[in-house]
Amino acid sequence: MTPTLLIFFVLAGLAVLGALSLVIQKHPIHSALSLIVVMVCLAGLYLLMGAEFVAAVQIIVYGGAIMVLFIFVIMLLNAGEEERTDFSKLAKFAGLPLALALTAAIAAAVVKPAPDIPSQSVIPDATRLISSMLFQEFVYPFELTSFLILVAIMGALVLAQREKK
Amino acid sequence: MIEFLKNFASQNAFWLITVIKIALLLFIVLTVNAYLTWFERKVVAHIQSRWGPHRVGPHGLLQPAADGLKFLFKEDPTPAGVDRFVYYLAPLLALALSLTALAVIPFSPRPLELFGQKIYLWITNPDIGLLILFSITALSVYGIALAGWASNSKYSLLGGLRSSAQMVSYELALTMSVVGVLLMTEKNAFSLQGLIEQQDYAKHVGFLGWNIVGWTRNGFLFPQIIGFICFFTSAIAETNRAPFDLPEAESELVAGFHTEYASFKFAMFFIAEYTAMITVSCLATILFFGGWYSPFPDTHFWYFTHFIPSITLIPFGLWVIYDGLKYETIWGKLVLPVIGFVMFAIGATLVALPAVNDFIQPVFWFTAKVFVFLFFYVWARGTLPRLRYDQLMNVGWKLLLPVSIGNVVLTSLVIILKGAR
Repeated sequence: MTPTLLIFFVLAGLAVLGALSLVIQKHPIHSALSLIVVMVCLAGLYLLMGAEFVAAVQIIVYGGAIMVLFIFVIMLLNAGEEERTDFSKLAKFAGLPLALALTAAIAAAVVKPAPDIPSQSVIPDATRLISSMLFQEFVYPFELTSFLILVAIMGALVLAQREKK
Repeated sequence: MIEFLKNFASQNAFWLITVIKIALLLFIVLTVNAYLTWFERKVVAHIQSRWGPHRVGPHGLLQPAADGLKFLFKEDPTPAGVDRFVYYLAPLLALALSLTALAVIPFSPRPLELFGQKIYLWITNPDIGLLILFSITALSVYGIALAGWASNSKYSLLGGLRSSAQMVSYELALTMSVVGVLLMTEKNAFSLQGLIEQQDYAKHVGFLGWNIVGWTRNGFLFPQIIGFICFFTSAIAETNRAPFDLPEAESELVAGFHTEYASFKFAMFFIAEYTAMITVSCLATILFFGGWYSPFPDTHFWYFTHFIPSITLIPFGLWVIYDGLKYETIWGKLVLPVIGFVMFAIGATLVALPAVNDFIQPVFWFTAKVFVFLFFYVWARGTLPRLRYDQLMNVGWKLLLPVSIGNVVLTSLVIILKGAR
């Protein structure tokens, strides 16, 4: 087993454990912490594939900004532990088969021999390539996406303002 | 046995060297941390016309050791009703993250050649060093926020909330203020070594080649002075230092997020905060003040500036000896002259051995600049009053962020107009 493979399995295992813990934990803060573990492990996996920039952005944006906002809101609302209710009947009967079907579908996609993607080799100046692609080739979709986010922010502001009256 | 050890050492040289480097860096940084508290107390005391610590050891020099022992031996109660896992995790997270940040800081371009190995004065030098530092900053909110939440105390919770809001707000200005510098670099924009070497015109024009003045091979680009002011202001806020230390505003929140922490867990927050100060000072040095480049040109005429370390060390050592001989206590009469003699001896050795002197030049200038910034931190704490919370948010969102974005626009405009790219 090469060191790379070992690191992959450690990170992947941690990510899966974190995701499970996210669902199982009763307290919202613990769930949010598990989600941070998942995010950081994913960043590690990106790093393993040689995508340094994507890994750093994953941590800065998802691990940092977004999850801090989650935790901030949970702390601000002072949310307590969840109360477990009985699972809904639909979940009881349809949940398990559907979960199995999803797992099977993903497994089928994974088992298929993937196209040979050169991995683990750091592309020199990858950040420059990403930025020139983002700001030249795909500048319109990129700007449209940011416009979408702007609209969402304004929508949130309007909704928040209305309650103030 | 010795043969085996030799073989092992030569086969695993990289790992051995890295482990030794990490241990050495941790030792140095933790010692500097300890004496930074002494330095801070002394400087703030003198700003306020007091003496500061002066009972433990001559001039209070053993105060950090006394404080450290106190932290270790104090009772460590866990308050009732805390969330145990998160309560213990928070100080660990804060300390581990802030120490990790030091791993990517390059201190000198020249490798030390020892036993046929090239030993660089950094632990690792990745292409995305700057981004790693930013991601560590982004994550280091958790140490404080979670500590506040887990303590089961309203003061802690308010401190944690304040800190997370503050750090999220100032992170934006911090990142935007750096973009100006990144625009000025030509390649490898995120490697810290690359960022310093981009300022290598400093070899010809001295401090004019630093990014804060902005003289490059392509002529004068845009001076990053606005960027630097935004950067350092938001960096002080990011490290939760005065005048932005609202998460631990003692007049309102007892001690803020670390109210319920005692003994060594409190010390961990303390060390984390001081290490973060050191990291930020290193980053300011690298980005705006030419990193390891001397403020004087590296030409034959200016060669005498290579003796500045000796010129500062020798008289200072002599003065410490003189001061020690007339110190009141016997202990001081014994210790201070020894310290003074060591300083004098180091200064004299540097004059005697030009090779060593040349080797330490980059390290000397780097650390000198870092200490200037650390002094700035203490100075700000000693003179500026704490901001009110709404003022803090106004400064972050309505002043620093627009100004730093304006800096980005201006810098790119100047670069395009001058056709430097």
